[in-house]
Amino acid sequence: MAVSKRIVLRFPGRLVDRPIVSRLVRDYNLDFNILKASVTPEEEGLLVLELSGKQSDYDKGIRYLTETGVRIQALSQDVTRNEERCTHCGACLTICPTGAFGRELQTLRVIFDNEKCLACGLCIKTCPPRAMELHF
Amino acid sequence: MAKTINEINEKINKGEAVVVTANEIIDFVKEKGIEKAAQEVDVVTTGTFGPMCSSSAYINVGHTSPRMKLGGGRVLLNDVPAYTGLAAVDLLIGATAIPDDDPRNKIHPGEFNYGGGHIIEDLVAGNDIRLEATAYGTDCYPKRKLETWINISDINDAVLFNMRNAYQNYNVAVNLSEKTIYTYMGMLKPNLGNASYSSAGQLSPLLNDPYYRTIGIGTKIFLGGGIGFVAWHGTQHNPNVLRTENGVPRRSAGTLAVMGDLKQMNQRWLVGTSMLGYGCTITVGIGVPIPILSEEVLQYTTVTDDDILAPVVDYSRAYPQMQPDVIDEVSYAQLKSGQITIQGKKVATASLSSYPRAVEIASTLKEWILNGKFLLTDPVAPLPGIESGITFRPLKERPIED
Repeated sequence: MAVSKRIVLRFPGRLVDRPIVSRLVRDYNLDFNILKASVTPEEEGLLVLELSGKQSDYDKGIRYLTETGVRIQALSQDVTRNEERCTHCGACLTICPTGAFGRELQTLRVIFDNEKCLACGLCIKTCPPRAMELHF
Repeated sequence: MAKTINEINEKINKGEAVVVTANEIIDFVKEKGIEKAAQEVDVVTTGTFGPMCSSSAYINVGHTSPRMKLGGGRVLLNDVPAYTGLAAVDLLIGATAIPDDDPRNKIHPGEFNYGGGHIIEDLVAGNDIRLEATAYGTDCYPKRKLETWINISDINDAVLFNMRNAYQNYNVAVNLSEKTIYTYMGMLKPNLGNASYSSAGQLSPLLNDPYYRTIGIGTKIFLGGGIGFVAWHGTQHNPNVLRTENGVPRRSAGTLAVMGDLKQMNQRWLVGTSMLGYGCTITVGIGVPIPILSEEVLQYTTVTDDDILAPVVDYSRAYPQMQPDVIDEVSYAQLKSGQITIQGKKVATASLSSYPRAVEIASTLKEWILNGKFLLTDPVAPLPGIESGITFRPLKERPIED
């Protein structure tokens, strides 16, 4: 069975200069698409990937990453909406490249579907009341 | 069948008033007919909740000991400069003010995360605000430097005073150029990549009273979650625009200046707002009750999103260059459907004003009236109408020669 998941990888400083992700392709037959990458001043590495392949390969790849010392989080938890701050104006609707925002038909309330979210961050700065939050 | 506001207030006091929102009145009149509905309905409530830049709060912080003349001095509230050109301890903070060290658009697009609108929100939320001031000393006001926390509960006065709110209709913004632009109507993607609008349409106060028959100076309103009043017509009030056969303006037209005691307002309805690449502002909640004094007044409140047309304007060129060009007109029904067609292209729409919150305001005001908590007022003077001859003028620039 094929799977495709978006995950957040955190590399402790000691792993930042080692080739790790490339082994997912070479040894585990997985494809990846880098959505975001950064190295913080404390030299912790952060990588947001869309990882796809066979379920069995995926599981082995994740086990390999974990054993190496990489911390893994599911991406869908990482962009959240502050429900107190959201005014349901809808400014985000045409900004989001993946269509993660929609409207309830009758009420026009804004729905955020973080399954569709790529964590690109465009909504963070374009949300007028700043209700969208990025957590890594 | 003409009613008076006094008669309506008597019914409100007895708990007998019939109050419906500007959404509900549409089907109500369809069902009962205008004549019967006008007899039955006493008040139609409206609402709008959108970014409104010409908003401000003035505060009187009380006197220090020894006294200090903040007037003519320099005052920062959470680093945001306040206007001090008033008496000793009166200050005014405008929604678009930003800290001196905000990078603005030096790294474009600037984020504008905190400004005057956020100060007003923090005030109304009861949050402490850091006040830093310097002033020149005088014999009667010797103190020259001040750093203190202030809180809305401790200061003498805090009054919301908005010189232009509740625009009667507004532009739909698009971008015909080939690069993304950042405007007060939000981020506009190139080549008609999106369209943004900002009106509650059939729920919006002045679109339900297009000729200002009932809304006037002294009209009591829902403002920022509390009670406020229409203080004057708003700046740029422009009754003389194109209108449909029903009298509904097809361009941005009338505006309201409103005020009220900030101390009884609520953070939910005064939200500090940031427009990427543009600046800071505040999103304001306003609801106006329309007393159904006649069939004519009622007829106007039955306006629907299909009847209200908004002009589509190019914010990459026509708007900044003060060109009057309107690309097209679209209805709020089309805008609220999520997609309009401009120059043959399907364009996704987004709103800057919150329709769900506008509905909530109209419903809240309805509840207040039904519960006898909110009586209507007779305006003391009307807003200028078409007969006033007021038009909206550009600045006549006259070069200053040496």
